[in-house]
Amino acid sequence: MTVQGGIGQSIKRKEDARFIRGKGTYVDDVKLPGMLYLDIVRSPYAHAYIRNINIEKALKVPGVLAVIRGKDLEAANLAWMPTLMSDRQMVLPIERVMYQAQEVAAVVADSRYAAADGVAAVEVDYEPLPVVVDPRKALEPDAPILRPDREKKTNHIWHWEVGDRKGTEELLRKSEVVVKENIYIPRILVSSIETCGCVADLDPVSGKLTVWMTTQAPHAIRTVFALVAGLPEHKIRIISPDIGGGFGGKVPVYPGYVIAVVASLKTGHPVKWIEDRSENLQADSFARDYHITAEIGATKDGKLTALLVKTIADHGYTDAAANPSKFPAGLFHIITGSYPFAKAFVEVDGVYTNKPPGGIAYRCSFRVTEAAYTIERIVDILAQKLGMDPAELRLRNFIRPEEFPFKSALGWTYDSGNYHGALRKAMDMIGYDELRKEQEEKRKRGELMGIGISSFTEIVGAGPSHTFDILGLKMFDSCELRIHPTGKVIARFGTKSQGQGHETTYAQILAEELGIPADDIAVEEGDTDTAPYGLGTYASRSTPTAGAAASMAARKVRDKARGIAAHLLEVSPDDLEWKDHKFQVKGVPGKAKTMQEVAFAAYTNLPPGMEPGLEAVSYYDPPNMTYPFGSYICAVDIDKETGVVKVRRFVAVDDCGTIINPMIVEGQIHGGLTMGFAAAMLEEISYDENGNAWGGTFMDYLLPTAVETPKWETAKTTTPSPHHPIGAKGVGESATVGAPAAIVNAVMDALSPYGVTNIDIPITPWKVWKVLHEKGA
Amino acid sequence: MAIAESGMPEEAEVGPFYHINVKVNGKAYETEVETRLLLVHFLREQLGLTGTHIGCDTSNCGACTVLLDGKAVKSCAVLAVQANGREVRTVEGLAADGNLHPIQEGFMQEHGLQCGFCTPGMMMSAVALLSKTPHPSEQQIRMGISGNLCRCTGYVNIVKSIQYAAQKMEGGGKK
Repeated sequence: MTVQGGIGQSIKRKEDARFIRGKGTYVDDVKLPGMLYLDIVRSPYAHAYIRNINIEKALKVPGVLAVIRGKDLEAANLAWMPTLMSDRQMVLPIERVMYQAQEVAAVVADSRYAAADGVAAVEVDYEPLPVVVDPRKALEPDAPILRPDREKKTNHIWHWEVGDRKGTEELLRKSEVVVKENIYIPRILVSSIETCGCVADLDPVSGKLTVWMTTQAPHAIRTVFALVAGLPEHKIRIISPDIGGGFGGKVPVYPGYVIAVVASLKTGHPVKWIEDRSENLQADSFARDYHITAEIGATKDGKLTALLVKTIADHGYTDAAANPSKFPAGLFHIITGSYPFAKAFVEVDGVYTNKPPGGIAYRCSFRVTEAAYTIERIVDILAQKLGMDPAELRLRNFIRPEEFPFKSALGWTYDSGNYHGALRKAMDMIGYDELRKEQEEKRKRGELMGIGISSFTEIVGAGPSHTFDILGLKMFDSCELRIHPTGKVIARFGTKSQGQGHETTYAQILAEELGIPADDIAVEEGDTDTAPYGLGTYASRSTPTAGAAASMAARKVRDKARGIAAHLLEVSPDDLEWKDHKFQVKGVPGKAKTMQEVAFAAYTNLPPGMEPGLEAVSYYDPPNMTYPFGSYICAVDIDKETGVVKVRRFVAVDDCGTIINPMIVEGQIHGGLTMGFAAAMLEEISYDENGNAWGGTFMDYLLPTAVETPKWETAKTTTPSPHHPIGAKGVGESATVGAPAAIVNAVMDALSPYGVTNIDIPITPWKVWKVLHEKGA
Repeated sequence: MAIAESGMPEEAEVGPFYHINVKVNGKAYETEVETRLLLVHFLREQLGLTGTHIGCDTSNCGACTVLLDGKAVKSCAVLAVQANGREVRTVEGLAADGNLHPIQEGFMQEHGLQCGFCTPGMMMSAVALLSKTPHPSEQQIRMGISGNLCRCTGYVNIVKSIQYAAQKMEGGGKK
């Protein structure tokens, strides 16, 4: 017997009702009485001394109320703020700017137009300084020291390594075949269609600070505000209203939020700050910027042996990455991917440059895309060297289903997987053998067609408290569940949806666990005054952590409900079984009580001595990470004359364990594939030698439109997680992680007759044309 | 922090102003607006119609798309004064008599939205497309919404949502 909206049903989303009517409440829709507007003066230089900031003219602009500079914040000890990675970041500068578009001063006015007028009237006198944009040059001995405020007089931030360096090097030396490739993964930005912003309201009477804020982690923000600003935590309320896309870009604490809080404190008015798109693209924290050298060894018949990866990570002017504390390079050591290497070693060196902070996700769990991209690229390059079909090489090496749980060479314990199943399914769907035949014929005619595979393994659901924390806060998540007398439910969570559909999927988990229709279950998130503490939504962690908490809270409720049901049925609790979504007397299916009947009794007719009410809270500390996986195959055609790459077909087989809502999961995969395609083909924020950002508006930073985006073909296999209460693994990011390598492998496969092994993403027509031209094609 | 001498916001001067008559979702408004006021800010801040969103400053994203005399425009690239004497339709004006417009139904049925931020603009572009091209091919749909960026859905389901609406509207009635 199924319950309405139970697990596995493609019910329509609850949140859509308001969104399709234009009745969502995003942060820019919040309007408070007396609200003021904040706008920010930004630096045109990537590195400069600030000789003077003249605000006289700005203060005379009609509507302008105040101008805030770094020195105004210094008094309150707020000119700098700590980052999540034990570094520090400027809120507003005292003497130096470190990247183009950095905040220099802020103007508060009675309208957004007046605030912009005020910004235009602020006069800043800069003295330009030498700029460092290439992290490799930043490490040279004569490079200018970008952070003289640090004890260590070097641009090197940290070194991090994991694995057996000596053993890996030895095994590589002994390997019959070794390939090595330099791979650059450029700086990109999630650029959700809603930019970042907030409305800060510090009530001068109660001293309570309420901030409506585009944040994916409201509770963590509350605690950070308490620790950094010294405000009592019970007088801070963070509200994440509807969020117009997050993808990791709304995890960091940006200076604008802090300035808005200070502005509200100083003016006694609520203050709104909404960044515009060019500010978002030029100044928000970025993803990637990894300069990778990967080396892989194998036997002549294609048995993988060892993997060695060295990386220089450009973190911009401060290490403001959002990683779990113990992992400065995130979960990059998932880089052994779907393969059982005997030895592996990975090292990363973080470096300062004159850029905005890096180390933020692009819809990916802590550097997992960088890892998946590298391993899936280098395996393909190896296949090319071996003259072996890349599918065959993968199938020959994959970790076998019976080897799970599998301990990777770099220390992770993969929970479950069936990599052969996913790849074979993708090959069947796309007609792999026929495509290869077609390719052979086309090659004879001199036409360029390529087929690329990516068989990725992800690591999500951070995470177990013994390993995972942010600023010491353990990375559990939570559900608080209350059943009303009439059998309707409210449940609150420590996570925060940004489009993932939590209001629907959490209700589905609870529906399945409680036997109450999903329509009767209200889900709330994002208000720290009401929701239980949790670390928020990013890194595909919501279903693995808060989703699990939903199950556990429901099971706690069921434990109590069993006693009430026994009382109502006049039997012993041991005589009851939970079956078909109700409590039945064992062997007497007709004698049963539903959760709704039990709920009413919980407030009206309790067993003697039992406490009234029916509610529970669960703080779920996952025993392990989850390891979603998939196999993607992409077929491309390349126009020799123009270098234009056309994705002809793209087949994605994903395995995210138990699926709660197939419609939503498919939607997540479509979106993830499109962001993977964007990174592979279109998006990059690069800098000229003076640190000027290229790609600072949507005119230059190219998000895919409906015209370029391929028509995705998706399918699934289902290998449940053995440790998650319902076997789910998380899916939000898999496709972004897996897609780029499939596309690039397809392009390289097409170009392989010319001996090309790598083109760094994004694969633009110019880059392809140039390579073809150079190779005399 | 330096505080301006002008003091409280009420005392601030702005301008110049222009008198406009504009019909929004069937309702007539007569008001004074600053000449530089963008239509999107007029709709959102003066009329409280916050369903129309702002996603960029270069008229690339299309989140602010509304209908001006039935044609899709990016309301961040139109001045409020340019709407004088004309008719604007926003997402709030799609449903009629408590019934969803077929395009709204389509987006819900085909899971054409996730975060919902691009959705109002996307639906308005789709309505404009369907009024000109009632039976669009997939390629026509993709071209028709090429001025609207979506970061969540990958467009496949948006195309299906518009196809759903086209089919539903074939029966006549809605426009």
